[in-house]
Amino acid sequence: MVEKLLTQHNDIPGSHTIEVYRSLGGYKSIEKALAMAPEAVVDEVKKSNLRGRGGAGFPTGMKWSFMPKTPTFPDGRPKPKYLVCNADEGEPGTFKDRLLMTQHPHMLIEGMIVAAHAIGASLGFIYIRGEFVFEAKRVEAAIEEARSAGLLGKKVLGRDWAFDLVVYRGAGAYICGEETALLNSLEGKRGEPRLKPPFPAMVGAFGMPTCVNNVETFCAVPVIINDGAAKFASVGTERSGGTRLFCVSGQIEKPGIYELPININLKDLIEHCGGVLGGKKLKAVIPGGASAPMLSAAEIDVAMDFDSLAKAGTMAGSGGVIVISEDSCIVEVAARLLKFYEHESCGQCSQCREGSHWLARMFHRIEIGQGTAADLESIAGICSNMAGQTICAFSDAVTGPALSSVRKFRQEFEEHVRLQRCPCKPENHVAKHDHHASAML
Amino acid sequence: MIIDQDITLKMDGLRQHLPTEQSLLLPLLHAMQAKEGWISGDAIKEAATYLKLPIARVQEVVSFYTMYNRKPVGKRHVQVCTNVACFLRGADALVAGLEKRLGIHCGQTTADGRYTLNEVECLAACGTAPVMQINDDYYENLDAQVIGTIMDTMDRELSTHG
Repeated sequence: MVEKLLTQHNDIPGSHTIEVYRSLGGYKSIEKALAMAPEAVVDEVKKSNLRGRGGAGFPTGMKWSFMPKTPTFPDGRPKPKYLVCNADEGEPGTFKDRLLMTQHPHMLIEGMIVAAHAIGASLGFIYIRGEFVFEAKRVEAAIEEARSAGLLGKKVLGRDWAFDLVVYRGAGAYICGEETALLNSLEGKRGEPRLKPPFPAMVGAFGMPTCVNNVETFCAVPVIINDGAAKFASVGTERSGGTRLFCVSGQIEKPGIYELPININLKDLIEHCGGVLGGKKLKAVIPGGASAPMLSAAEIDVAMDFDSLAKAGTMAGSGGVIVISEDSCIVEVAARLLKFYEHESCGQCSQCREGSHWLARMFHRIEIGQGTAADLESIAGICSNMAGQTICAFSDAVTGPALSSVRKFRQEFEEHVRLQRCPCKPENHVAKHDHHASAML
Repeated sequence: MIIDQDITLKMDGLRQHLPTEQSLLLPLLHAMQAKEGWISGDAIKEAATYLKLPIARVQEVVSFYTMYNRKPVGKRHVQVCTNVACFLRGADALVAGLEKRLGIHCGQTTADGRYTLNEVECLAACGTAPVMQINDDYYENLDAQVIGTIMDTMDRELSTHG
């Protein structure tokens, strides 16, 4: 097994304290990075082939290079630049950032200090989903420790460079994981995505040039600086370097977080996690968080890196692998996912607001035995009016589970319509009473 | 007045970092809810006055985010994740069990004001599914028995401390 780069110190008592973190070699990359020119740090990250771990898989070094060098206001005063950590972790099936913040908050802080040097930021925000109360406190305590150690503040390590961090808590909205929605939320507004351009690198938080990266992305930065880009890039593929924290959940024997080469084969990953729960047969896998189109059991011989999964018609997304066994009804799973999207659509674009509602209603209807053949025919049409038609990618995400489930498990859907009940449940089964869903039938 | 000295101090601390007054809104609402348990109409007006924002700016934020309770909740706010990973691990049966135990449906509060029960979307702890959150704390690797023990403890705590 390839060595772990980020989580080799899991479960060491006190790993979240600066003392233990330093005793394990923590904060070494800062001296090294500060001795380098910012451009050299950006180059190193480019060479590592690190791609964003939040979902989109955008090359991190390139994202950093989009930041303007010396932005100014019209009157010539310099504009501040901001660094933002996306710790909103909301994609169903994803739970790695929670581990990193709980056990290794100083790794995140170290990565953010290096990134701030690279892009010239004066202030960084860590936007943590509101439900993570414990995690937010832990990161705040770590920031306080780092400040006392002179790693943050008006003079970082005694140099003529000010950089500080502040934790900002979300309040329960999946869409705030979308970076421009996050920026609006950070400004104390509704978390509605912004039209792009302008991109955050030009007009970001509070109108200033801003760079947003995921927790795991920042945590990889110290590793790259310490051991060199070449070593990081030697793991994975030519276009996607390093290890990844795969979050494996659902009907699997050993759910959990597994740090493995980013291009591990999905089949091997499932085997590595002990196989399907209870020795059952595999039905489907959602390979990259809820928004990633499902793969059928016949399609799991595929590498998990961004490009391979894209080629397979799905996406690596946030690294959330949800395993579905033969015991589960695909229609019910898809209906559950669509109910989620219906709940979380921010409502700004009508295609998404209405489309996610229609789809949720339709899938629920089919599941409880009230669907028609016409419903099945309408799904693709609704989806084509959603994907690519809206301000952000949420609408596209909704179509992931909707289209893939109907296309790959069409027989199951048709069976529901034909029998006018869910074939996976006993004939006398009474559907779970869902006030909301019944009201919208 | 909900915004007391503690909250004011907290906001003054954040002001050192946050570039605008409006950006204090989410932390302010969190602090007000931590004190009151929910965000009332009066709380919205008070927050608007404190941050010199139109009431509508505050109202639209309160209604956007699910964590801000727009009606009072019980002393223990039980939120069970029923999103896909928890669903695949039997969360629906756990919700049904809790509804039965508490004698309420999701979205309701017990008559004695002790418990509010809700389904919640993904809590990002899918590796230890099914999970629930009670007030600020996560409870993981749940099954009917574990939930029984947790709820018994809650019952005792509420009887002792009121």
